[in-house]
Amino acid sequence: MNKALMKGNEALALAAIHAGCKFYAGYPITPQNEIPEYMSRTLPAWGGAFVQAESEIAAINMVFGASACGARAMTSSSSPGISLKQEGISFLAGAELPAVIVNMQRGGPGLGNISASQADYFQAVKGGGHGDYRLLVLAPFTVQEIWDLTMLAFDKADEYRNPVMILGDSILGQMMEPFIPTPYMKPALPEKTWALNGCAGRQPNVVKSLFVGEGELEEKNYVLQDKYRRMKAKDVRFQTQDIEDAELIVVSFGIAARISTEAVSMLRKTGKRVGHFRPITLFPFPEKQIHDLARRGAKFIAVELNAGQMVEDVRLAVNGKSEVLFYGRPGGGVITPEELYDRLKDEC
Amino acid sequence: MNAKDVKVEKTVEKARSLKNVPFRYCPGCGHTIIHRLIAEVIDELNIRERTIGIAPVGCAVFAYDYFNFDMLEAAHGRPPAAATGMKRTLPDKIVFSYQGDGDLAAIGTGEIIHAANRGENITVFFVNNATYGMTGGQMAPTTLPGQVTTTTHVGREINTTGYPLRMSEMLATIEGAALIARTAVDSPENIRNAKKLIEKAFKYQIEDKGFSMIEILSPCPTNWGMTPARAAIWLREEMMHYYKLGVFKDNPTDSQNQTKSSGVSAVMRSL
Repeated sequence: MNKALMKGNEALALAAIHAGCKFYAGYPITPQNEIPEYMSRTLPAWGGAFVQAESEIAAINMVFGASACGARAMTSSSSPGISLKQEGISFLAGAELPAVIVNMQRGGPGLGNISASQADYFQAVKGGGHGDYRLLVLAPFTVQEIWDLTMLAFDKADEYRNPVMILGDSILGQMMEPFIPTPYMKPALPEKTWALNGCAGRQPNVVKSLFVGEGELEEKNYVLQDKYRRMKAKDVRFQTQDIEDAELIVVSFGIAARISTEAVSMLRKTGKRVGHFRPITLFPFPEKQIHDLARRGAKFIAVELNAGQMVEDVRLAVNGKSEVLFYGRPGGGVITPEELYDRLKDEC
Repeated sequence: MNAKDVKVEKTVEKARSLKNVPFRYCPGCGHTIIHRLIAEVIDELNIRERTIGIAPVGCAVFAYDYFNFDMLEAAHGRPPAAATGMKRTLPDKIVFSYQGDGDLAAIGTGEIIHAANRGENITVFFVNNATYGMTGGQMAPTTLPGQVTTTTHVGREINTTGYPLRMSEMLATIEGAALIARTAVDSPENIRNAKKLIEKAFKYQIEDKGFSMIEILSPCPTNWGMTPARAAIWLREEMMHYYKLGVFKDNPTDSQNQTKSSGVSAVMRSL
């Protein structure tokens, strides 16, 4: 198959269209503007609808409406905009509606800057909005993976009836690299019998997140928790490099993993027993796999483009079985492989 | 005439678009009447099986318990955005939102203005009762000057809280809006008028004429601290004085054929 050469943001938009996305709403914010721009040009020709919303809040609620009608729907933004979307994301989770939400992260807090950052990890994997809920969070690290995981995101959203977040950053969104645009193969998924599409020949459907009856909401929450447990049992994804004999294992995701694999390769050439572990799903987090490696005696260092967020999940997974270190830079500071090499060389 | 020759005909039937459950709204509340009017019109237009309604946050949040067709419950103020997503996804369905004054005129001002401005082919029912009913009677954006609420103990003071918003007059200035009108449910005459406007708004959507909003002044005896009879009088004497009934915009042009292009876009097209 011929390779394609596209920007991460544009590959994401095209993958979404191939995966049957029929509704997109968004609001301009750097560094993800190529997604709404691409969608506005291309989605209508594929029979979908594009709306430039008046706000991030409106965009996520448009997605809420489109998803309730049974359409595959997506919105995208970057950090400050994702904060605004949290209301709608919580409602999607509560109403058990599928949706794909893209966060091409930028530096924060506040307006921050437009540099690459991973400072929205907590917000993405711990819920983000109000209430006890989780998103399935996918963290691509190449344009190829942006293509593949975007398609997967739509399938998983439908399978679990839950919002799925694609957590990228400004480098991944902006960089251009070749990838193989593998065709989308839709898996068998349950029919959306709950969708609002007119009650002809059936009882009316209601889509809501309000459960005020005695014990009703608690019961609903157990249904949601059960869903998150199924994700943990079935959908943990990760990739490893040189971990078999590693005494030190670097844990990093997304663009930080691109930097880490380079540093790990450099260290391997000098004979250091260092490996790399890359979570692809940030929720569900590969806690069992990391725990097993810790029991074997490996030491960990989480490398992130933030002040230390995923490292907390690594510590929970390790659960005191070995040492967990951290190296990162907040505020849009990007680590270089050489810098990381220097930091790691004396730890192993 | 023999008694057995008398044919008893049902003159009033419950609308098919209402579920067979009693309303739980307060005595004298306008929501009950407005729900019924909407349901009757949907029956009469024979669109129940292709209608999707959106419940607001507020007293009418439970609208999905009463309407007998597909219903969505959306976040506070966001029904026009959710309706946009729905109508763009399923253009052949009839999509309406049902919103109160807090929902539409405070937290959801952005959503209503831009849905109207895009000329979304949806119908909005805006129930204005000058208070936040569900939360216990706080000041609404439509609370009248001097009106006592639980957050305006000495009456609404305009120097610190501003003037009540006239949403219909404001939205009527928007090019994309097809039908903007205000009516009330205080009297049989106005109830009949409200039903006519509800029907017209749905017909506009069926005929793809674009955005319509019917504002309905509605009594809230509980939070106004009045009997239902007194509340109807207050609505007539106080609310209608500030919020004039009428049709503020009526543009029956098919939204597909509207000439919205300005001179600038005409120039850009020729380049």
